[in-house]
Amino acid sequence: MAAPFSWIKPEPHGIHVVPADSWVDPSIAVGHALVTHGHADHARGGHGETVATPETLAIMELRYRTGAEDDAGEIPHKAVPVQYGETIRLRGGVDATYIPAGHVLGGAQILLEHAGEKVIVTGDFKRRADPTCPPFVVTPCDILITEATFGLPIFTHPPIEGEIAKLLKRLEDEPDRCVLVGAYALGKAQRVIAELRRAGHHAPIYLHGAMEKMCRLYEDHGVSLGELRLVADHSKDDLRGHIVVCPPGALNDRWSRRLPEPITAMASGWMRVRQRARQRNVELPLIISDHADWEELTRTVEEVNPHESWITHGREEALLRWHQLHQRRARALAMVGYEDEDD
Amino acid sequence: MEEFAALIDALVYTRSRNAKLAIIAEYLRYTPDPDRGWALAALSDGLDFPAVKSSTIRNLLKERVDPVLWTLSRDFVGDTAECASLLWPAPLEAAANPPSVADAVDALSKMTRKTAIQELGGLLDRLDPSGRYALLKLATGAMRIGVSARLAKTAFAQAFDVSVDEVEEYWHGLAPPYPELFDWAAKGEAPPDTENLPLFRPFMLAHPLEETVVSMEDYAAEWKWDGIRVQLVHAGDGEEAETRVYSRSGDDISATFPEMLDALQIKAVLDGELLVRGTHQGGETGGAASFNALQQRLGRKTVSKKMLTESPAFVRLYDVLQWRGEDLRTLPWSERRARLEQAVTELPDSHFDISRIVKAESFDALAEIRESARDDAIEGLMLKRRDSPYIAGRKTGLWYKWKRDPLLVDCVLMYAQRGSGKRSSFFSDYTFGCWDGNPDTGAELLPVGKAYSGFTDEELKKIDRHVRQNTINRFGPVRETEKELVFEVAFDSVHSSKRHKSGLAMRFPRIHRIRWDKPAHEADRIETLQALIRD
Repeated sequence: MAAPFSWIKPEPHGIHVVPADSWVDPSIAVGHALVTHGHADHARGGHGETVATPETLAIMELRYRTGAEDDAGEIPHKAVPVQYGETIRLRGGVDATYIPAGHVLGGAQILLEHAGEKVIVTGDFKRRADPTCPPFVVTPCDILITEATFGLPIFTHPPIEGEIAKLLKRLEDEPDRCVLVGAYALGKAQRVIAELRRAGHHAPIYLHGAMEKMCRLYEDHGVSLGELRLVADHSKDDLRGHIVVCPPGALNDRWSRRLPEPITAMASGWMRVRQRARQRNVELPLIISDHADWEELTRTVEEVNPHESWITHGREEALLRWHQLHQRRARALAMVGYEDEDD
Repeated sequence: MEEFAALIDALVYTRSRNAKLAIIAEYLRYTPDPDRGWALAALSDGLDFPAVKSSTIRNLLKERVDPVLWTLSRDFVGDTAECASLLWPAPLEAAANPPSVADAVDALSKMTRKTAIQELGGLLDRLDPSGRYALLKLATGAMRIGVSARLAKTAFAQAFDVSVDEVEEYWHGLAPPYPELFDWAAKGEAPPDTENLPLFRPFMLAHPLEETVVSMEDYAAEWKWDGIRVQLVHAGDGEEAETRVYSRSGDDISATFPEMLDALQIKAVLDGELLVRGTHQGGETGGAASFNALQQRLGRKTVSKKMLTESPAFVRLYDVLQWRGEDLRTLPWSERRARLEQAVTELPDSHFDISRIVKAESFDALAEIRESARDDAIEGLMLKRRDSPYIAGRKTGLWYKWKRDPLLVDCVLMYAQRGSGKRSSFFSDYTFGCWDGNPDTGAELLPVGKAYSGFTDEELKKIDRHVRQNTINRFGPVRETEKELVFEVAFDSVHSSKRHKSGLAMRFPRIHRIRWDKPAHEADRIETLQALIRD
């Protein structure tokens, strides 16, 4: 009999599921990939076959045109959709079950089972409520392979209602300006818009061109975002007193010069640290993250209660220390390519 | 404390200078005394509470949270006060009864080293995270939120529609929370009486000359001596009479140079260079020792007799602001110069001389003189407009400094440390080395200096990335990197030093160019630097 868990191997560019010769969130193109969610650092183009939720596949299709025909007129990529809760059998007798991760639309944890051993790869996750995706489901396992993007005890994401209220207050205080919110184009932007609607803000929200398709994709999957307009179709004066959403990279870009004296806001977990906000010239920091904060990370380990945690990326040293302080086994994997400076 | 915390937060996130001025001015107008005075002190000169240091906060936090988690968090945040404000375990009951700024100042100033840890914890328990941040910033003195003392004073002037020059004039005679200043500006009472106090007057400063060419008819030249710029002030009568020595930043350094206090017994304000007797600068006639010799005397609270006889200090006078009670600052430089030449004859020549004028027919001739003075270890030249009054600060076109061209050497990056403040989380402090022999036959690098300036924000990002991708060792906040990246380092001079393994110490090293193209083994050797040593 093989040594316990020898069938799953962390490599620098992904988690290798050996009997199936499949990779979880590989950072290079592989023959067979299991993808947790659509963010670019987890979902890359160019795989032979990709197993993911239908929403994630739709996002990848939008981003990489994975369904496009090649020169020979064939579609080289094979997409295998798996619903939440559904289990598929991979080669080598490995079962993969996709479980909601609460991260973004389509985001999943992947439960891998082989020879009676259970391993969960969380991908990115959070435990807070999010109107754009189903909540994280706690699932027992032997090894929990977790992220640690906000794996430092300084990270406490405040309730989102307060952050949304801060944004609306500022909008009301300065009706001649607009509030420009930098938010990740996939997930964060739609969540912020959905939360604004939930808080009773029904005015049109203006979008940077790069956000349009993803917002439409969300709407197609049943997430209603209210009236959205494109900045490009409107004059400076139209935008006064309104909210504009753009990718973080466009915040200090020349693009924003067309806006009426924008108040620069950014929705990100990093905004918890003042100097991080200052480095990005943010005037209105909104601490909104789609990743677990320290309390969520540690609570999740306690609730899942694995024999061992493997930590993929982020502030792994501190989470390792926490495990040590709580007599839990853990190891850090040296993974390349995952980093989330904008979330 | 809530209003003060909101002020600090608003300032942290505001970029424009005018918006900052408006925010501070509004706070100063509407906040009651004495809170606004303490806030003004915190924003300008900073408050000093001897019992509360950065280490106090560190020790306090290490009692409440795991020390390893504290260190990792502190390293990430890059600011002790902010990290502590975020990590502080809030008491179960919501923050109640927050202290006012005045309460906090009162409590902080009564703390002793022994009681500080416990009492500071008690204050933190009464505040929310923003309040904790504001309190800890207040307690440790350095705000580092992009507000200079000058900006705070300008905001004060704007709040009450008074002149900022007048504020500066009174400022150094008053102590926080500046009741006299608020009574005068906000309540229309008589201005503070500072006539008979030995006050610091802000220095007139120079711009680098760079490409500018000036006419010697309009400007006079003097050597730029390599000591420390000081202001000597004598004021008051009889028992009240007092002499003080101020450093360039306005710190009272009288205790460090007691021999200068007796030397000035005439009511006056004098501007000059403090030097130690020697022959290093400008040869026999220069009469001044190297900066290195002066450095032995800096930063001391008491001075031994031996030190006074071995390294006697004197002041080489540049200017006179006040003489026998008469304010001369509005006179043109040429008239002040004439008054200074007269004044120096009334001062003991054991402790005073005058910075002589460097005569040159033309700018070109001056350039030649400057070149030939390279071996005299003089820092460079000063150019002063003959008709300019003595104006505080750095006004364009009046005074120029024309430093010697810096020395350059190619060094290899060895270690990088994270910066703080605006540069927190970036690796922005670099230790670099030169080869101890021939690198192709196995010589090693020895650290020769440290620099954290001279590069743009864009370059900082690139170096930061280089450090992250080429880390070979971690020592707390310090990363050791692959010995690959070559910096062309500029520096003013190099001296021998027993404290460093390389046996030398550079003065004012800064990154001049980043040589992404240059292989590390082509960087300079220690012997190149040794040849440049002047002690």
